[in-house]
Amino acid sequence: MATILRGRVIVAGDAQGVALVSDRPIGFLGGVDPDTGRIVEPGHPLEGESVAGRVLVFPTGKGSTVGSYILYRLAKAGRAPAAIVNAESEPIVAVGALIAGIPVIDRIDISGLVTGQPLTLRGEELIVG
Amino acid sequence: MSTTSLLRLTSEEEALLAGEGGEAVRRAMQIVVTLGRIYDAERLLPVESVQVAGVSYRNLGDAGLEFLRDWAAQGARVTVPATLNPAGMDMRDWRRMGISDEFARRQDEIVRVYAAMGVWPTCTCTPYLVGNVPSFGAHLAWSESSAVCYANAVIGARSNREGGPGALAAAICGRTAAYGLHLDAGRVPTHRVRVRCEVRSPDDFGALGYWVGRQVGGGVPYFEGLDLPAVGAEPSHAMHPEAAVAGDVLKLLGAALASSGAVALYHVRDVTPEARALPDLCPDDVPVIDVDDLAPARAALNADADAIDLVVIGCPHASLAEMRRVAAGLRGRRLRTAFWLTTSRRVRDLAEAEGLVATVEEAGGLVISDSCVVIAPMSELPYRTVATNSAKLATYALGHAGLRARFGALELCLDAAVTGRWPA
Repeated sequence: MATILRGRVIVAGDAQGVALVSDRPIGFLGGVDPDTGRIVEPGHPLEGESVAGRVLVFPTGKGSTVGSYILYRLAKAGRAPAAIVNAESEPIVAVGALIAGIPVIDRIDISGLVTGQPLTLRGEELIVG
Repeated sequence: MSTTSLLRLTSEEEALLAGEGGEAVRRAMQIVVTLGRIYDAERLLPVESVQVAGVSYRNLGDAGLEFLRDWAAQGARVTVPATLNPAGMDMRDWRRMGISDEFARRQDEIVRVYAAMGVWPTCTCTPYLVGNVPSFGAHLAWSESSAVCYANAVIGARSNREGGPGALAAAICGRTAAYGLHLDAGRVPTHRVRVRCEVRSPDDFGALGYWVGRQVGGGVPYFEGLDLPAVGAEPSHAMHPEAAVAGDVLKLLGAALASSGAVALYHVRDVTPEARALPDLCPDDVPVIDVDDLAPARAALNADADAIDLVVIGCPHASLAEMRRVAAGLRGRRLRTAFWLTTSRRVRDLAEAEGLVATVEEAGGLVISDSCVVIAPMSELPYRTVATNSAKLATYALGHAGLRARFGALELCLDAAVTGRWPA
């Protein structure tokens, strides 16, 4: 049975994909390879996973503001996430997702989401299952 | 926490967001509106000027360059005065820094793209010293944390700490979202700092900023006990020699506060314009920080390293008064280490006319414009340990430039440049 969570639209758009969930913040500059989409931050729980085509779920962004441009480059390389779900968005990821055309929703309780779940983003609704 | 947007746009703003001003403006509006949504802003505000960060090729990389190129090709042009942050190299004399041809080519292209958008391509972290001087109370969208701190605190203008794309977006659509330091509520002190030791030399102010920044994070400290003349944006203050010196030390204080913490505004009782306008600005119930001794701050800013191979003065970029002090301290001396005096192109030109650049270069030093150690590709250069009088640079040296740092008075730094050893 599908569950519907309601959040706040940061970058409007509809998307679906398989969840890739981190309970730790993600920094895109130095944390994600802009050509492959792989998470390369040493010791990160998702190290080695690819964000490409996934609904990427993480609490919030971190690190350099240049991270915005990494999202843009991922999109141009066809390796961007399908959507981003945050507990609380911050400017680096929000602006990066916007210029990259990646939908973002925040103020979602992400503690119940797990990697591998099918997720659908529709407006302010996140449909789980 | 609200899940719906509180942001209300004017009909003109709605039209720009719908693309009536073209695709480049639409993208700029989208960025500004997205930031407004994140921070629960209720409206947008016109900005008087913008300071754009995200210039060094070392930081932007090909991804950033590609984005800027695409935006410029869509027709992006700034609509308010906008100045540019330092680049990864001196835009004219980059070879003297040891920069590679490949880096220089990309760096040059980045600055050209900004210039094509109408950004004034003088690359400095001190726009307020080269003609981008805000008015009291004006709304700005500045990035470069030390400049934001200066504009808010010393001039009494209003800017949040913008990221590079957010600032450029504000320059293109002429607006920023009304939240944080744009609102009176965001400018109220969060900490009372009682300074009870002597704070006199420029490096004292840096050490104080470092110490307080570590404790207040993103707060708004209110300093008491600093003996300085009144400052502000008024030309009479800017021209008065004593106030100009106060501006220099407050620049160093703010740069340190903004790098060890995330401070974007501070007040100094009886000195900074908002503190002068409102004697009761600081609430009674905020936490109190007593500073009795700067020795712990100085100890934290000094690595255990005595062999110095690079000395850097001018972080943030040196004013003309600071250039004069450095030149006076170097006259007739012969330097053993590399020596960089970093400043804006305009101040360099003024210094050159006074013969100060020649004095520095006769001693064996370099006057470097447009750039700084924090954002230059230092890993490609041979230096290991830097001596500086800048608490900001000492804070960032290891993480941003891979350099161990010695921090102290200008005189100690100049001695270290002559002997190659930190004179402890």
